[in-house]
Amino acid sequence: MVIPAIIMIIIFSYIPMWGILTAFQDYSPAKGFFGSGWVGFKHFKMFFNAPEFWQIMRNTIVISLLKLFIAFPAPIILALMLNEVKNAFFKRFVQTVSYLPHFISWVIVSGFVISLLSVDSGSVNILLQKLGIIDEPVHWLSIPDYFWGILISSGIWKEIGFGAIVYLAAITGVDPHMYEAASIDGAGRMRKLISITIPSIAPVIIIFLILQVGQILNAGFEEILLLTNQGQNVVLRPVAETIDTYVYRVGIENYRFSYATAAGLFKGVISVGMLVIANWIARKLGNSSLW
Amino acid sequence: MKRSLEDNIIDIVVYTILLLLAVVTLYPFWNSLVISFNAGNDTATGGVTLWPREFTLQNYKYVFKDARLINALWVTVARTVTGTVLSILFTSMFAYGMSRRGLVGKKFYMILCVITMYFSGGLIPSYLLIKDIHLMDTFWVMIIPGLISVWNMIIFRTFFLGLPDGLEESARIDGCNHMNTFFRIVLPVSGPVIATLSLFTAVGHWNAWFDASIYISNQKLLPLQVILNQTIQSILSFEASTTISATKQEFLQNAQSVTHKSIVMATTMVATIPIVMVYPFVQKYFVKGVLVGSLKE
Repeated sequence: MVIPAIIMIIIFSYIPMWGILTAFQDYSPAKGFFGSGWVGFKHFKMFFNAPEFWQIMRNTIVISLLKLFIAFPAPIILALMLNEVKNAFFKRFVQTVSYLPHFISWVIVSGFVISLLSVDSGSVNILLQKLGIIDEPVHWLSIPDYFWGILISSGIWKEIGFGAIVYLAAITGVDPHMYEAASIDGAGRMRKLISITIPSIAPVIIIFLILQVGQILNAGFEEILLLTNQGQNVVLRPVAETIDTYVYRVGIENYRFSYATAAGLFKGVISVGMLVIANWIARKLGNSSLW
Repeated sequence: MKRSLEDNIIDIVVYTILLLLAVVTLYPFWNSLVISFNAGNDTATGGVTLWPREFTLQNYKYVFKDARLINALWVTVARTVTGTVLSILFTSMFAYGMSRRGLVGKKFYMILCVITMYFSGGLIPSYLLIKDIHLMDTFWVMIIPGLISVWNMIIFRTFFLGLPDGLEESARIDGCNHMNTFFRIVLPVSGPVIATLSLFTAVGHWNAWFDASIYISNQKLLPLQVILNQTIQSILSFEASTTISATKQEFLQNAQSVTHKSIVMATTMVATIPIVMVYPFVQKYFVKGVLVGSLKE
Protein backbone atom coordinates (compact mmCIF):
# COMPACT_ATOMS: atom_id res chain seq x y z
CA MET A 1 0.00 0.00 0.00
CA VAL A 2 2.96 2.26 0.58
CA ILE A 3 4.96 1.61 -2.60
CA PRO A 4 2.61 3.26 -5.16
CA ALA A 5 2.54 6.44 -3.08
CA ILE A 6 6.31 6.46 -2.70
CA ILE A 7 6.65 6.06 -6.47
CA MET A 8 4.32 9.05 -6.97
CA ILE A 9 6.39 11.11 -4.55
CA ILE A 10 9.61 10.15 -6.30
CA ILE A 11 8.17 11.09 -9.69
CA PHE A 12 6.56 14.38 -8.75
CA SER A 13 8.90 15.61 -6.01
CA TYR A 14 12.29 14.00 -6.52
CA ILE A 15 12.58 14.03 -10.30
CA PRO A 16 12.03 17.83 -10.28
CA MET A 17 14.72 18.10 -7.61
CA TRP A 18 17.04 16.26 -9.94
CA GLY A 19 15.76 18.54 -12.71
CA ILE A 20 17.32 21.43 -10.79
CA LEU A 21 20.53 20.40 -12.54
CA THR A 22 19.17 22.11 -15.66
CA ALA A 23 20.30 25.30 -13.91
CA PHE A 24 23.86 24.21 -14.74
CA GLN A 25 23.03 23.44 -18.36
CA ASP A 26 22.04 25.33 -21.46
CA TYR A 27 18.78 23.43 -21.47
CA SER A 28 16.88 23.28 -24.71
CA PRO A 29 13.62 21.35 -24.90
CA ALA A 30 14.62 19.88 -28.26
CA LYS A 31 17.76 18.25 -26.84
CA GLY A 32 16.22 17.35 -23.48
CA PHE A 33 17.95 16.89 -20.16
CA PHE A 34 20.55 14.37 -21.36
CA GLY A 35 21.41 16.14 -24.60
CA SER A 36 21.89 19.66 -23.25
CA GLY A 37 25.43 20.81 -22.57
CA TRP A 38 26.82 21.70 -19.13
CA VAL A 39 27.77 25.31 -18.52
CA GLY A 40 28.59 25.46 -14.81
CA PHE A 41 27.53 28.61 -12.99
CA LYS A 42 26.87 30.69 -16.10
CA HIS A 43 23.16 31.22 -15.36
CA PHE A 44 23.78 32.06 -11.71
CA LYS A 45 26.33 34.69 -12.73
CA MET A 46 23.86 36.09 -15.23
CA PHE A 47 21.18 36.27 -12.54
CA PHE A 48 23.43 37.98 -9.99
CA ASN A 49 24.59 40.47 -12.61
CA ALA A 50 21.13 41.15 -14.01
CA PRO A 51 20.21 44.83 -13.67
CA GLU A 52 17.02 43.92 -11.83
CA PHE A 53 18.73 41.54 -9.36
CA TRP A 54 18.94 43.92 -6.40
CA GLN A 55 15.43 45.20 -6.95
CA ILE A 56 14.07 41.64 -6.95
CA MET A 57 16.03 40.77 -3.83
CA ARG A 58 14.86 43.90 -2.05
CA ASN A 59 11.21 43.26 -2.91
CA THR A 60 11.39 39.61 -1.91
CA ILE A 61 13.03 40.43 1.41
CA VAL A 62 10.91 43.48 2.25
CA ILE A 63 7.61 41.74 1.47
CA SER A 64 8.72 38.70 3.45
CA LEU A 65 9.76 40.76 6.45
CA LEU A 66 6.51 42.74 6.37
CA LYS A 67 4.66 39.43 6.39
CA LEU A 68 6.77 38.17 9.26
CA PHE A 69 6.38 41.27 11.44
CA ILE A 70 2.81 42.30 10.59
CA ALA A 71 0.92 39.36 9.11
CA PHE A 72 2.39 36.73 11.41
CA PRO A 73 1.40 38.34 14.76
CA ALA A 74 -2.09 39.28 13.51
CA PRO A 75 -3.76 35.88 14.20
CA ILE A 76 -2.11 35.76 17.63
CA ILE A 77 -3.59 39.14 18.52
CA LEU A 78 -6.99 38.02 17.22
CA ALA A 79 -6.83 34.86 19.35
CA LEU A 80 -5.91 36.89 22.43
CA MET A 81 -8.81 39.26 21.81
CA LEU A 82 -11.29 36.45 21.20
CA ASN A 83 -10.17 34.95 24.47
CA GLU A 84 -11.28 38.11 26.28
CA VAL A 85 -14.81 37.81 24.88
CA LYS A 86 -17.18 36.24 27.39
CA ASN A 87 -20.32 36.42 25.25
CA ALA A 88 -20.38 32.96 23.62
CA PHE A 89 -22.65 33.95 20.75
CA PHE A 90 -20.57 36.97 19.75
CA LYS A 91 -17.37 34.96 19.98
CA ARG A 92 -18.75 32.22 17.78
CA PHE A 93 -20.06 34.74 15.28
CA VAL A 94 -16.71 36.52 14.93
CA GLN A 95 -14.87 33.23 14.60
CA THR A 96 -17.18 31.82 11.95
CA VAL A 97 -17.00 35.02 9.95
CA SER A 98 -13.23 35.30 10.20
CA TYR A 99 -12.63 31.75 8.88
CA LEU A 100 -14.63 32.43 5.75
CA PRO A 101 -12.01 34.17 3.54
CA HIS A 102 -9.60 31.25 3.99
CA PHE A 103 -11.90 29.13 1.85
CA ILE A 104 -12.05 31.34 -1.21
CA SER A 105 -9.36 31.48 -3.85
CA TRP A 106 -6.79 34.19 -4.40
CA VAL A 107 -8.42 34.76 -7.76
CA ILE A 108 -11.61 35.82 -6.00
CA VAL A 109 -9.77 37.82 -3.35
CA SER A 110 -7.94 39.71 -6.07
CA GLY A 111 -11.33 40.33 -7.72
CA PHE A 112 -12.60 41.77 -4.42
CA VAL A 113 -9.52 43.94 -4.01
CA ILE A 114 -9.76 45.28 -7.54
CA SER A 115 -13.46 45.96 -7.15
CA LEU A 116 -13.19 47.68 -3.76
CA LEU A 117 -10.23 49.82 -4.81
CA SER A 118 -11.49 50.71 -8.25
CA VAL A 119 -11.47 54.39 -9.15
CA ASP A 120 -14.92 54.77 -10.65
CA SER A 121 -16.99 52.73 -8.27
CA GLY A 122 -14.79 51.34 -5.52
CA SER A 123 -16.19 51.37 -2.01
CA VAL A 124 -12.88 52.45 -0.49
CA ASN A 125 -12.75 55.63 -2.54
CA ILE A 126 -16.42 56.34 -1.77
CA LEU A 127 -15.91 55.86 1.97
CA LEU A 128 -12.73 57.95 2.15
CA GLN A 129 -14.38 60.73 0.16
CA LYS A 130 -17.42 60.75 2.40
CA LEU A 131 -15.21 60.92 5.46
CA GLY A 132 -13.36 63.81 3.85
CA ILE A 133 -9.97 62.09 4.02
CA ILE A 134 -9.39 62.38 0.28
CA ASP A 135 -10.86 64.79 -2.27
CA GLU A 136 -10.24 62.87 -5.47
CA PRO A 137 -10.64 59.12 -6.03
CA VAL A 138 -7.22 57.46 -5.73
CA HIS A 139 -5.83 54.97 -8.25
CA TRP A 140 -4.75 52.57 -5.51
CA LEU A 141 -3.52 49.78 -7.73
CA SER A 142 -1.36 51.83 -10.03
CA ILE A 143 0.63 53.70 -7.40
CA PRO A 144 3.72 51.73 -6.35
CA ASP A 145 3.76 53.30 -2.87
CA TYR A 146 0.54 51.56 -1.88
CA PHE A 147 1.28 48.12 -3.28
CA TRP A 148 2.96 46.58 -0.25
CA GLY A 149 0.22 47.84 2.02
CA ILE A 150 -2.50 46.41 -0.20
CA LEU A 151 -0.68 43.09 -0.49
CA ILE A 152 -0.12 42.67 3.25
CA SER A 153 -3.64 43.81 4.18
CA SER A 154 -5.32 41.44 1.76
CA GLY A 155 -3.12 38.63 3.06
CA ILE A 156 -4.16 39.38 6.65
CA TRP A 157 -7.81 39.69 5.62
CA LYS A 158 -7.70 36.23 4.05
CA GLU A 159 -5.86 34.25 6.71
CA ILE A 160 -6.21 35.98 10.10
CA GLY A 161 -9.18 33.97 11.32
CA PHE A 162 -7.93 30.62 10.18
CA GLY A 163 -4.49 31.27 11.62
CA ALA A 164 -6.05 32.07 14.99
CA ILE A 165 -7.52 28.55 15.42
CA VAL A 166 -4.29 27.03 16.66
CA TYR A 167 -3.50 29.84 19.05
CA LEU A 168 -7.04 29.77 20.47
CA ALA A 169 -6.65 26.07 21.14
CA ALA A 170 -3.33 26.71 22.84
CA ILE A 171 -4.94 29.38 25.03
CA THR A 172 -7.77 27.00 25.96
CA GLY A 173 -5.14 24.55 27.14
CA VAL A 174 -3.72 26.92 29.75
CA ASP A 175 -4.28 25.69 33.30
CA PRO A 176 -7.16 27.74 34.83
CA HIS A 177 -5.56 27.47 38.27
CA MET A 178 -2.86 29.85 37.15
CA TYR A 179 -5.46 32.52 36.42
CA GLU A 180 -7.14 31.94 39.79
CA ALA A 181 -3.85 32.22 41.60
CA ALA A 182 -3.07 35.41 39.72
CA SER A 183 -6.49 36.89 40.58
CA ILE A 184 -5.91 36.21 44.26
CA ASP A 185 -2.57 37.98 43.97
CA GLY A 186 -4.51 40.95 42.59
CA ALA A 187 -3.56 40.73 38.91
CA GLY A 188 -5.84 42.49 36.41
CA ARG A 189 -6.74 41.18 32.97
CA MET A 190 -3.84 42.92 31.26
CA ARG A 191 -1.41 41.54 33.81
CA LYS A 192 -2.76 38.01 33.34
CA LEU A 193 -2.53 38.33 29.58
CA ILE A 194 1.10 39.37 29.70
CA SER A 195 2.29 37.15 32.51
CA ILE A 196 0.28 33.97 31.92
CA THR A 197 -1.40 33.72 28.54
CA ILE A 198 1.41 34.88 26.29
CA PRO A 199 4.20 32.86 27.98
CA SER A 200 1.93 29.80 27.96
CA ILE A 201 1.40 29.87 24.22
CA ALA A 202 4.98 30.91 23.42
CA PRO A 203 6.09 27.38 22.38
CA VAL A 204 3.29 27.20 19.79
CA ILE A 205 4.19 30.67 18.53
CA ILE A 206 7.84 29.69 18.17
CA ILE A 207 7.06 26.54 16.18
CA PHE A 208 4.88 28.47 13.78
CA LEU A 209 7.49 31.20 13.56
CA ILE A 210 10.13 28.66 12.52
CA LEU A 211 7.79 27.22 9.90
CA GLN A 212 7.13 30.74 8.67
CA VAL A 213 10.83 31.55 8.40
CA GLY A 214 11.28 28.54 6.13
CA GLN A 215 8.63 30.03 3.86
CA ILE A 216 10.02 33.52 4.15
CA LEU A 217 11.21 34.02 0.60
CA ASN A 218 7.91 32.86 -0.88
CA ALA A 219 6.51 36.35 -0.27
CA GLY A 220 3.06 35.46 -1.60
CA PHE A 221 3.58 34.38 -5.20
CA GLU A 222 -0.06 33.91 -6.21
CA GLU A 223 -1.39 37.12 -4.76
CA ILE A 224 1.37 39.21 -6.33
CA LEU A 225 0.84 37.58 -9.70
CA LEU A 226 -2.89 38.20 -9.51
CA LEU A 227 -2.69 41.79 -8.31
CA THR A 228 -0.15 42.79 -10.96
CA ASN A 229 -1.99 41.49 -13.99
CA GLN A 230 0.12 38.31 -14.15
CA GLY A 231 3.26 40.41 -13.85
CA GLN A 232 2.28 42.53 -16.86
CA ASN A 233 1.71 45.69 -14.83
CA VAL A 234 4.97 47.53 -15.54
CA VAL A 235 4.18 50.40 -13.16
CA LEU A 236 4.12 48.04 -10.19
CA ARG A 237 7.06 45.90 -11.27
CA PRO A 238 9.71 47.90 -9.35
CA VAL A 239 7.94 47.07 -6.06
CA ALA A 240 6.17 43.82 -6.96
CA GLU A 241 8.72 41.66 -8.77
CA THR A 242 9.96 38.93 -6.43
CA ILE A 243 12.15 35.90 -7.15
CA ASP A 244 9.07 33.75 -7.71
CA THR A 245 7.29 36.08 -10.11
CA TYR A 246 10.60 36.62 -11.93
CA VAL A 247 11.08 32.86 -12.32
CA TYR A 248 7.53 32.64 -13.64
CA ARG A 249 8.03 35.47 -16.10
CA VAL A 250 11.39 34.47 -17.53
CA GLY A 251 10.77 30.73 -17.32
CA ILE A 252 7.16 30.03 -18.20
CA GLU A 253 6.49 33.08 -20.32
CA ASN A 254 9.85 33.59 -22.01
CA TYR A 255 11.07 29.97 -22.03
CA ARG A 256 14.48 30.74 -20.50
CA PHE A 257 14.35 27.48 -18.56
CA SER A 258 17.93 27.19 -17.31
CA TYR A 259 18.15 30.80 -16.23
CA ALA A 260 14.83 30.64 -14.37
CA THR A 261 15.78 27.37 -12.70
CA ALA A 262 19.00 28.96 -11.46
CA ALA A 263 17.07 31.85 -9.92
CA GLY A 264 14.62 29.40 -8.35
CA LEU A 265 17.40 27.25 -6.93
CA PHE A 266 19.08 30.29 -5.43
CA LYS A 267 15.84 30.98 -3.56
CA GLY A 268 15.42 27.37 -2.47
CA VAL A 269 18.92 27.17 -1.01
CA ILE A 270 18.52 30.38 0.98
CA SER A 271 15.10 29.25 2.28
CA VAL A 272 16.43 25.95 3.59
CA GLY A 273 19.43 27.75 5.10
CA MET A 274 17.14 30.18 6.92
CA LEU A 275 14.98 27.36 8.22
CA VAL A 276 18.03 25.62 9.66
CA ILE A 277 19.31 28.83 11.26
CA ALA A 278 15.88 29.69 12.72
CA ASN A 279 15.58 26.21 14.17
CA TRP A 280 19.08 26.43 15.64
CA ILE A 281 18.32 29.78 17.28
CA ALA A 282 15.02 28.50 18.67
CA ARG A 283 16.77 25.51 20.18
CA LYS A 284 19.41 27.73 21.79
CA LEU A 285 16.76 30.06 23.20
CA GLY A 286 14.34 27.51 24.52
CA ASN A 287 13.22 23.95 24.20
CA SER A 288 10.98 24.10 21.18
CA SER A 289 12.35 23.20 17.79
CA LEU A 290 11.15 21.31 14.75
CA TRP A 291 13.74 18.55 14.96
CA MET B 1 -16.81 40.12 41.31
CA LYS B 2 -16.51 43.89 41.00
CA ARG B 3 -15.72 45.19 37.56
CA SER B 4 -12.75 47.50 37.45
CA LEU B 5 -12.16 50.37 35.04
CA GLU B 6 -9.58 48.14 33.33
CA ASP B 7 -12.25 45.51 32.65
CA ASN B 8 -14.51 48.05 31.01
CA ILE B 9 -11.78 49.53 28.83
CA ILE B 10 -10.65 46.09 27.67
CA ASP B 11 -14.21 45.04 26.86
CA ILE B 12 -14.94 48.17 24.88
CA VAL B 13 -11.70 47.97 22.89
CA VAL B 14 -11.99 44.24 22.21
CA TYR B 15 -15.65 44.24 21.21
CA THR B 16 -15.18 47.28 18.96
CA ILE B 17 -12.17 45.84 17.14
CA LEU B 18 -13.79 42.43 16.69
CA LEU B 19 -17.02 43.93 15.41
CA LEU B 20 -15.01 46.02 12.97
CA LEU B 21 -13.13 42.92 11.86
CA ALA B 22 -16.39 41.09 11.22
CA VAL B 23 -17.71 44.00 9.17
CA VAL B 24 -14.48 44.32 7.17
CA THR B 25 -14.51 40.58 6.50
CA LEU B 26 -18.13 40.41 5.41
CA TYR B 27 -18.31 43.63 3.43
CA PRO B 28 -16.41 42.49 0.31
CA PHE B 29 -18.72 39.45 0.04
CA TRP B 30 -21.82 41.57 0.51
CA ASN B 31 -20.69 44.33 -1.84
CA SER B 32 -19.89 41.78 -4.55
CA LEU B 33 -23.27 40.15 -4.09
CA VAL B 34 -24.92 43.55 -4.43
CA ILE B 35 -22.94 44.42 -7.56
CA SER B 36 -23.79 41.04 -9.06
CA PHE B 37 -27.48 41.98 -8.79
CA ASN B 38 -26.99 45.54 -10.08
CA ALA B 39 -27.10 46.63 -13.71
CA GLY B 40 -23.55 46.85 -15.08
CA ASN B 41 -23.80 50.30 -16.65
CA ASP B 42 -25.25 51.66 -13.43
CA THR B 43 -22.45 50.10 -11.38
CA ALA B 44 -19.90 51.82 -13.63
CA THR B 45 -21.22 55.21 -12.56
CA GLY B 46 -20.17 54.40 -9.03
CA GLY B 47 -21.72 54.52 -5.61
CA VAL B 48 -23.16 51.01 -5.33
CA THR B 49 -22.32 49.87 -1.83
CA LEU B 50 -24.87 48.30 0.46
CA TRP B 51 -27.90 47.78 -1.73
CA PRO B 52 -28.48 47.22 -5.47
CA ARG B 53 -29.63 50.45 -7.11
CA GLU B 54 -30.90 49.01 -10.36
CA PHE B 55 -31.84 45.45 -9.51
CA THR B 56 -31.37 42.97 -12.34
CA LEU B 57 -30.81 39.28 -12.93
CA GLN B 58 -29.13 40.09 -16.24
CA ASN B 59 -25.61 39.30 -14.97
CA TYR B 60 -26.57 35.83 -13.84
CA LYS B 61 -28.49 35.21 -17.03
CA TYR B 62 -25.35 36.12 -18.93
CA VAL B 63 -23.19 33.83 -16.82
CA PHE B 64 -25.53 30.88 -17.11
CA LYS B 65 -25.89 31.36 -20.87
CA ASP B 66 -22.18 31.71 -21.57
CA ALA B 67 -21.12 28.29 -22.91
CA ARG B 68 -17.51 28.94 -21.89
CA LEU B 69 -18.44 29.60 -18.26
CA ILE B 70 -20.82 26.66 -18.06
CA ASN B 71 -18.16 24.37 -19.48
CA ALA B 72 -15.65 25.76 -16.98
CA LEU B 73 -18.09 25.13 -14.16
CA TRP B 74 -18.38 21.48 -15.20
CA VAL B 75 -14.61 21.13 -15.44
CA THR B 76 -14.32 22.54 -11.93
CA VAL B 77 -16.96 20.18 -10.55
CA ALA B 78 -15.34 17.19 -12.28
CA ARG B 79 -11.92 18.21 -11.07
CA THR B 80 -13.09 18.71 -7.49
CA VAL B 81 -14.96 15.41 -7.26
CA THR B 82 -12.36 13.25 -9.02
CA GLY B 83 -9.42 14.99 -7.40
CA THR B 84 -10.81 14.79 -3.89
CA VAL B 85 -11.97 11.17 -4.05
CA LEU B 86 -8.73 9.89 -5.58
CA SER B 87 -6.43 11.98 -3.43
CA ILE B 88 -8.16 11.02 -0.17
CA LEU B 89 -8.24 7.36 -1.20
CA PHE B 90 -4.57 7.12 -2.17
CA THR B 91 -3.32 9.31 0.66
CA SER B 92 -5.25 7.42 3.33
CA MET B 93 -4.06 4.06 2.00
CA PHE B 94 -0.51 5.37 2.09
CA ALA B 95 -1.02 6.64 5.64
CA TYR B 96 -2.48 3.33 6.74
CA GLY B 97 0.57 1.53 5.43
CA MET B 98 2.83 4.02 7.17
CA SER B 99 1.00 3.48 10.46
CA ARG B 100 1.67 -0.31 10.50
CA ARG B 101 4.34 -1.37 12.94
CA GLY B 102 5.87 -4.10 10.81
CA LEU B 103 6.54 -1.92 7.77
CA VAL B 104 10.10 -2.36 6.52
CA GLY B 105 11.88 0.91 5.72
CA LYS B 106 9.23 3.06 7.40
CA LYS B 107 11.74 5.55 8.72
CA PHE B 108 13.35 5.93 5.30
CA TYR B 109 9.95 6.56 3.65
CA MET B 110 9.09 9.12 6.31
CA ILE B 111 12.33 11.04 5.73
CA LEU B 112 11.68 10.88 1.99
CA CYS B 113 8.27 12.45 2.61
CA VAL B 114 9.32 15.12 5.08
CA ILE B 115 12.12 16.42 2.83
CA THR B 116 9.53 17.23 0.17
CA MET B 117 7.76 19.50 2.66
CA TYR B 118 10.78 21.79 2.89
CA PHE B 119 12.52 21.50 -0.42
CA SER B 120 11.19 21.14 -3.91
CA GLY B 121 12.48 21.31 -7.42
CA GLY B 122 10.60 24.52 -7.98
CA LEU B 123 8.43 25.79 -10.76
CA ILE B 124 10.55 25.24 -13.85
CA PRO B 125 11.77 21.65 -13.24
CA SER B 126 8.19 20.63 -12.36
CA TYR B 127 6.94 22.29 -15.52
CA LEU B 128 9.55 20.48 -17.62
CA LEU B 129 8.63 17.16 -16.00
CA ILE B 130 4.95 17.62 -16.79
CA LYS B 131 5.94 18.44 -20.35
CA ASP B 132 8.26 15.43 -20.67
CA ILE B 133 5.68 12.93 -19.43
CA HIS B 134 3.06 14.42 -21.76
CA LEU B 135 0.60 15.44 -19.09
CA MET B 136 0.33 18.92 -20.61
CA ASP B 137 -3.14 19.90 -21.74
CA THR B 138 -4.89 16.92 -20.18
CA PHE B 139 -7.54 16.80 -17.49
CA TRP B 140 -5.28 14.58 -15.40
CA VAL B 141 -2.59 17.21 -15.00
CA MET B 142 -4.91 18.79 -12.42
CA ILE B 143 -5.33 15.53 -10.52
CA ILE B 144 -2.23 13.35 -10.66
CA PRO B 145 0.63 15.58 -9.45
CA GLY B 146 -1.29 16.37 -6.25
CA LEU B 147 -2.60 12.86 -5.67
CA ILE B 148 -0.44 12.22 -2.61
CA SER B 149 -0.37 14.97 0.00
CA VAL B 150 2.35 14.40 2.56
CA TRP B 151 0.69 16.81 4.95
CA ASN B 152 -2.62 14.90 4.80
CA MET B 153 -0.77 11.61 5.06
CA ILE B 154 0.73 12.72 8.38
CA ILE B 155 -2.69 13.77 9.70
CA PHE B 156 -4.27 10.47 8.61
CA ARG B 157 -1.38 8.54 10.10
CA THR B 158 -1.68 10.32 13.45
CA PHE B 159 -5.37 9.40 13.47
CA PHE B 160 -4.76 5.74 12.53
CA LEU B 161 -2.06 5.42 15.19
CA GLY B 162 -4.67 6.48 17.73
CA LEU B 163 -7.05 3.64 16.84
CA PRO B 164 -7.11 0.76 19.34
CA ASP B 165 -4.87 -2.18 18.38
CA GLY B 166 -7.66 -4.64 19.11
CA LEU B 167 -9.64 -3.36 16.12
CA GLU B 168 -7.07 -4.55 13.64
CA GLU B 169 -6.25 -7.73 15.54
CA SER B 170 -9.82 -8.96 15.57
CA ALA B 171 -10.08 -8.26 11.84
CA ARG B 172 -6.93 -10.28 11.32
CA ILE B 173 -8.36 -13.18 13.32
CA ASP B 174 -11.50 -13.05 11.21
CA GLY B 175 -9.28 -13.55 8.20
CA CYS B 176 -9.00 -10.04 6.78
CA ASN B 177 -5.89 -9.09 4.80
CA HIS B 178 -4.47 -5.54 4.91
CA MET B 179 -6.73 -4.26 2.13
CA ASN B 180 -9.85 -5.71 3.70
CA THR B 181 -8.96 -4.42 7.13
CA PHE B 182 -8.39 -0.98 5.70
CA PHE B 183 -11.58 -0.73 3.65
CA ARG B 184 -13.97 -2.57 5.97
CA ILE B 185 -12.68 -1.73 9.44
CA VAL B 186 -10.41 1.30 9.44
CA LEU B 187 -12.09 3.62 6.91
CA PRO B 188 -15.61 3.33 8.39
CA VAL B 189 -14.40 4.51 11.80
CA SER B 190 -12.40 7.41 10.33
CA GLY B 191 -15.38 9.63 9.47
CA PRO B 192 -14.30 12.91 11.10
CA VAL B 193 -10.77 12.92 9.72
CA ILE B 194 -11.99 11.94 6.25
CA ALA B 195 -14.62 14.70 6.35
CA THR B 196 -12.07 17.33 7.35
CA LEU B 197 -9.38 16.39 4.88
CA SER B 198 -11.94 15.94 2.10
CA LEU B 199 -13.19 19.46 2.76
CA PHE B 200 -9.68 20.90 2.59
CA THR B 201 -8.77 18.92 -0.51
CA ALA B 202 -12.05 19.81 -2.23
CA VAL B 203 -11.63 23.49 -1.44
CA GLY B 204 -8.09 23.31 -2.79
CA HIS B 205 -9.29 21.80 -6.07
CA TRP B 206 -12.25 24.16 -6.33
CA ASN B 207 -9.98 27.18 -5.86
CA ALA B 208 -6.98 26.04 -7.88
CA TRP B 209 -6.09 28.08 -10.93
CA PHE B 210 -2.32 28.30 -11.29
CA ASP B 211 -1.63 24.73 -12.40
CA ALA B 212 -4.41 24.89 -14.96
CA SER B 213 -3.28 28.30 -16.16
CA ILE B 214 0.24 27.11 -16.98
CA TYR B 215 -0.40 23.50 -18.01
CA ILE B 216 -3.64 23.80 -19.97
CA SER B 217 -4.29 25.71 -23.16
CA ASN B 218 -7.33 23.79 -24.40
CA GLN B 219 -10.29 26.08 -23.65
CA LYS B 220 -12.54 23.10 -23.04
CA LEU B 221 -10.44 22.01 -20.04
CA LEU B 222 -10.06 25.31 -18.24
CA PRO B 223 -11.64 25.47 -14.76
CA LEU B 224 -13.85 28.33 -13.55
CA GLN B 225 -11.12 30.11 -11.58
CA VAL B 226 -8.96 30.48 -14.68
CA ILE B 227 -11.80 31.90 -16.76
CA LEU B 228 -12.75 34.19 -13.88
CA ASN B 229 -9.17 35.33 -13.58
CA GLN B 230 -8.95 36.09 -17.29
CA THR B 231 -11.94 38.41 -16.96
CA ILE B 232 -10.54 40.01 -13.80
CA GLN B 233 -7.20 40.58 -15.48
CA SER B 234 -8.93 42.39 -18.32
CA ILE B 235 -10.54 44.74 -15.78
CA LEU B 236 -7.14 45.24 -14.21
CA SER B 237 -5.61 46.26 -17.53
CA PHE B 238 -8.52 48.64 -17.93
CA GLU B 239 -8.10 50.10 -14.44
CA ALA B 240 -4.37 50.47 -14.96
CA SER B 241 -4.87 53.04 -17.68
CA THR B 242 -4.04 55.83 -15.26
CA THR B 243 -5.70 58.76 -16.92
CA ILE B 244 -9.21 58.72 -18.26
CA SER B 245 -8.21 57.67 -21.73
CA ALA B 246 -10.25 57.80 -24.88
CA THR B 247 -11.09 54.10 -24.77
CA LYS B 248 -12.15 54.39 -21.18
CA GLN B 249 -14.44 57.31 -21.91
CA GLU B 250 -15.87 55.47 -24.85
CA PHE B 251 -16.33 52.42 -22.66
CA LEU B 252 -18.22 54.39 -20.04
CA GLN B 253 -20.51 55.91 -22.64
CA ASN B 254 -21.27 52.67 -24.38
CA ALA B 255 -21.43 50.66 -21.20
CA GLN B 256 -23.79 47.76 -21.57
CA SER B 257 -26.15 46.62 -18.87
CA VAL B 258 -23.66 43.75 -18.49
CA THR B 259 -20.04 44.82 -17.95
CA HIS B 260 -16.83 42.96 -17.18
CA LYS B 261 -17.18 43.90 -13.56
CA SER B 262 -20.76 42.77 -13.18
CA ILE B 263 -19.91 39.45 -14.85
CA VAL B 264 -16.91 39.00 -12.58
CA MET B 265 -19.08 39.55 -9.53
CA ALA B 266 -21.78 37.17 -10.70
CA THR B 267 -19.17 34.53 -11.56
CA THR B 268 -17.48 35.14 -8.22
CA MET B 269 -20.76 34.41 -6.47
CA VAL B 270 -21.18 31.20 -8.48
CA ALA B 271 -17.67 30.18 -7.41
CA THR B 272 -18.09 31.23 -3.77
CA ILE B 273 -21.59 30.26 -2.75
CA PRO B 274 -21.05 26.48 -2.77
CA ILE B 275 -18.18 26.88 -0.30
CA VAL B 276 -20.03 29.34 1.91
CA MET B 277 -22.95 26.91 2.04
CA VAL B 278 -20.90 23.86 2.95
CA TYR B 279 -18.46 25.19 5.43
CA PRO B 280 -20.58 26.02 8.50
CA PHE B 281 -21.61 22.36 8.60
CA VAL B 282 -18.08 21.04 8.63
CA GLN B 283 -16.66 23.81 10.77
CA LYS B 284 -16.62 21.79 13.96
CA TYR B 285 -14.70 19.02 12.20
CA PHE B 286 -12.12 21.20 10.55
CA VAL B 287 -11.22 23.04 13.72
CA LYS B 288 -10.31 19.64 15.13
CA GLY B 289 -8.56 18.71 11.90
CA VAL B 290 -6.36 21.79 11.95
CA LEU B 291 -5.36 20.99 15.51
CA VAL B 292 -4.43 17.41 14.72
CA GLY B 293 -2.47 18.69 11.75
CA SER B 294 -0.51 21.14 13.78
CA LEU B 295 0.65 18.53 16.28
CA LYS B 296 4.12 17.43 15.56
CA GLU B 297 5.40 13.92 15.52
